[in-house]
Amino acid sequence: MKRIWLWAPFILFAILIGVFARGLLYPTDRVVASGMVGRHMPAFVLDNAVPANPALDSKQFADGKPRLLNIFGSWCQPCIVEAPMLMQLQAQGAEILGIAIHDEPDRLARFLATNGNPYVQIGLDPKSRTQIDFGSAGVPETFVVDGNGVISYQHVGIITPDDVPIIMAKLKGVQ
Amino acid sequence: MRGVSILLPLCLLATAPQAIAQIDYANVQLTDPAQERAAKDLMETIRCVVCQGQSVADSNADLAADMRGLIRERIAAGEQPEAIRAWLIDHYGDWVSFKPQVDAASAPLWGIPILAMLAGLFLIRGRLKRRST
Repeated sequence: MKRIWLWAPFILFAILIGVFARGLLYPTDRVVASGMVGRHMPAFVLDNAVPANPALDSKQFADGKPRLLNIFGSWCQPCIVEAPMLMQLQAQGAEILGIAIHDEPDRLARFLATNGNPYVQIGLDPKSRTQIDFGSAGVPETFVVDGNGVISYQHVGIITPDDVPIIMAKLKGVQ
Repeated sequence: MRGVSILLPLCLLATAPQAIAQIDYANVQLTDPAQERAAKDLMETIRCVVCQGQSVADSNADLAADMRGLIRERIAAGEQPEAIRAWLIDHYGDWVSFKPQVDAASAPLWGIPILAMLAGLFLIRGRLKRRST
């Protein structure tokens, strides 16, 4: 019986090594998820980022219509990759609003002319304050907002073709 | 004379009140040293959510700069650093803070060493007693 107790520290040590090895081989998911999901969206009033698309006000989200809110920027390379997927979402009936981070009107206008303009409205967030209020950790990110202005889903990073049906389902789910 | 007529409006522009209100505190220190100290201390313990190994004080990312601006503005407005930390944790999760918090999830981390020491004392208790007699 005593023999087993002698081995106990070695067994514990082996388990510990196993835990460390697992941590090294499979690093944890480092996506910074927003704590605002499931809560009412923060209040904001943003000027329009380009003349073609009207400005954005958080009050308008309480009209019963669920929407997608896409956080992007004309300087953001992954946003170019994502653009065709936003066009697809729009074609499938999603209403998309944009928040442009650190942007300039002419650069953004060029970005929209090249990559498409699926946005009904685009608000300019020059100092990322609204982005931080949303708990968003980067661009691009997309939020599903229900008809009461409650954030029901967050998609971090580029929307890939596989994500389009998922996001459409989330949008329909809150209707 | 002509030089002065050009320079004067420029000087007035530089001292206009709205120019002061529009200072971007991302890379500008607060004028009150105590407030700047408090803001700096907080920035050094808030993780940059873009380049995750760095604090917002060290990071060059735009979002980190904006978080520095946000922290300085809130400190200048009289908000307590720990209240700002709590607000950021509320928005980004525990991971955004480098300063470990004591809560239900982290309680074992703080409690186990104390419990282990008590258990150790309990185990050697018999031996110590034998020696003293």
